[in-house]
Amino acid sequence: MSNHTTGPHMIGRRLIDLVPHIVLIVGVLIFAFPIYVTLIGSTWDAATIGRGGLPMTPGGEAWNNYSQVWSESHGERASYTPVRIMMMNSVIMALSIAVGKIAISILSAYAVAFFRFPLRMVFFWMIFITLMLPVEVRIIPTYKVVADLGMIDTYAGLSIPLIASATATLLFRQFFLTIPDELVEAAKIDGAGPVRFFFDILLPLSKTNIAALFVILFIYGWNQYLWPLLVTNSADMETIVIGITKMIGTGEAANDWNLIMATTVLAMLPPVAVVIFMQRWFIKGLVDSEK
Amino acid sequence: MQRRVIFDNKLLPYLLLAPQVAVTLVFFIWPAAQAIWQSVHIQDAFGLRSEFVWFENFTAIFTDPNYVGTLRTTAIFSVSVTVLSLTVALLLASLADSKIKGAPVYKTLLIWPYALAPAVAAVLWMFIFNPEIGSLGRLLNGWGYPWDYRLNGDQALTMVILAASWKQVSYNFIFFLAGLQAIPRSVLEAASIDGAGPVRRFWSITFPLLSPTTFFLLVVDMVYAFCETFGTIHALTQGGPGKATETLIFRVYQDGVVNNDLGASSAQSVLLMVILIVLTTIQFRFVERKVHYS
Repeated sequence: MSNHTTGPHMIGRRLIDLVPHIVLIVGVLIFAFPIYVTLIGSTWDAATIGRGGLPMTPGGEAWNNYSQVWSESHGERASYTPVRIMMMNSVIMALSIAVGKIAISILSAYAVAFFRFPLRMVFFWMIFITLMLPVEVRIIPTYKVVADLGMIDTYAGLSIPLIASATATLLFRQFFLTIPDELVEAAKIDGAGPVRFFFDILLPLSKTNIAALFVILFIYGWNQYLWPLLVTNSADMETIVIGITKMIGTGEAANDWNLIMATTVLAMLPPVAVVIFMQRWFIKGLVDSEK
Repeated sequence: MQRRVIFDNKLLPYLLLAPQVAVTLVFFIWPAAQAIWQSVHIQDAFGLRSEFVWFENFTAIFTDPNYVGTLRTTAIFSVSVTVLSLTVALLLASLADSKIKGAPVYKTLLIWPYALAPAVAAVLWMFIFNPEIGSLGRLLNGWGYPWDYRLNGDQALTMVILAASWKQVSYNFIFFLAGLQAIPRSVLEAASIDGAGPVRRFWSITFPLLSPTTFFLLVVDMVYAFCETFGTIHALTQGGPGKATETLIFRVYQDGVVNNDLGASSAQSVLLMVILIVLTTIQFRFVERKVHYS
């Protein structure tokens, strides 16, 4: 072996071993580069970016840019909704959607899995069908329903029409079917009724599933685009993802690009943090709910 | 499937189902029924009277040359996004799955784009490829290549395809990793002992065993390209220049919300519904096979 370590053969082997690393590093860079540019952009002034001369190293305007978008309602060239307000709207929308979907899905999965009653399968299929009807294919009529209910420009209008969830219901049902009959029987012998069983036994057992679902549903809610675009008109109800594209308008060089980039960084922060810090749950939630 | 041990209660199950069923009926079933009803009616200019017109709205959109163009754009867009994001994800996943040093770090650095909204991904690409402020956009023009996706339709389509695929790679990557981990090491080791190199092992063992995952992702990516990329297109090109990046979903929005043409918009919604029902049915029929496989 030792006479090979310095030979040309071994050097060739080492180079071949490097190829996967090179490909993966190129992949990582392709995904990181746009973020890096945006981060850098958020630390310079509008004029520097507008001239097209954005350097590849951080500038000194970070504090000014971030504090300005956070609380002010206008930059040098246009007026916006402050990020503080848009961020709060996005948080409320994402939390309502995630919590709402989990709450109504775990209840309906409980009904379908633990009870036998007339029309059980009709309800099950009705929930299942929602999978095939994303908001994109029923834009106008859904908008009309929400308008008739007076829910335009409200948090209820932003979240309630999106909280029906076939995937979450199927996931909980799947999990409930694996709970041993002995456990249910023991609970019944101890005198626990269905409500008690749900809160004292089923809910604690579902903790991991709830956490996993919460992570992906929060991201789903945060990233909504078409729906908030339709049901919000007032600037006070704008979500941050919509806010960015409103700030860009037609994409002219004369935009406050520094502020747009700072807003973009702030818009990415919560969902990216959730994915990185809750990675294990995130992957479980994603892979399990698609089974 | 049904549990053996259950609770007896006449009223409770209906109460438990009530919130989900109410939301489903009010915001899903009823609007979908409305869309179907509107797709076979034409409203007068004041929205006061509607006339039943059979399939006139459908024949109108199919004989509209613009609509045929939209179908063509949608086909190019969805196929490109699906193929591109699947290929890149499979390449990265099979490398990150092998016994490579630092695999967990690579994984973390490759999955986070899942967190980005399609519209935000589009904005990031705009910062780089904008011909006036984007570093790469300016570089291309500096090299004498006339780059402006705001004027050139083909460049605009390329931009939205790249931005939409870029965002979807991480999703596919996560599922390919899960699929790769389910492949028994012993089979690969046996092939290795028999003298099969890494490329040969990939094509004759890994790739065929991954086919359920690939097929599942194929459907998911098609649905993504049809629906969720609305944000990408709206943020980046607004369907333009001209109609160069107008996909089906963007056209539904354009006709219904911007131009207020209910009949045409509903007919297109119904077409999209049919496409999605077909895709979802395929996906679920196949899920049974996937469960069997694992």
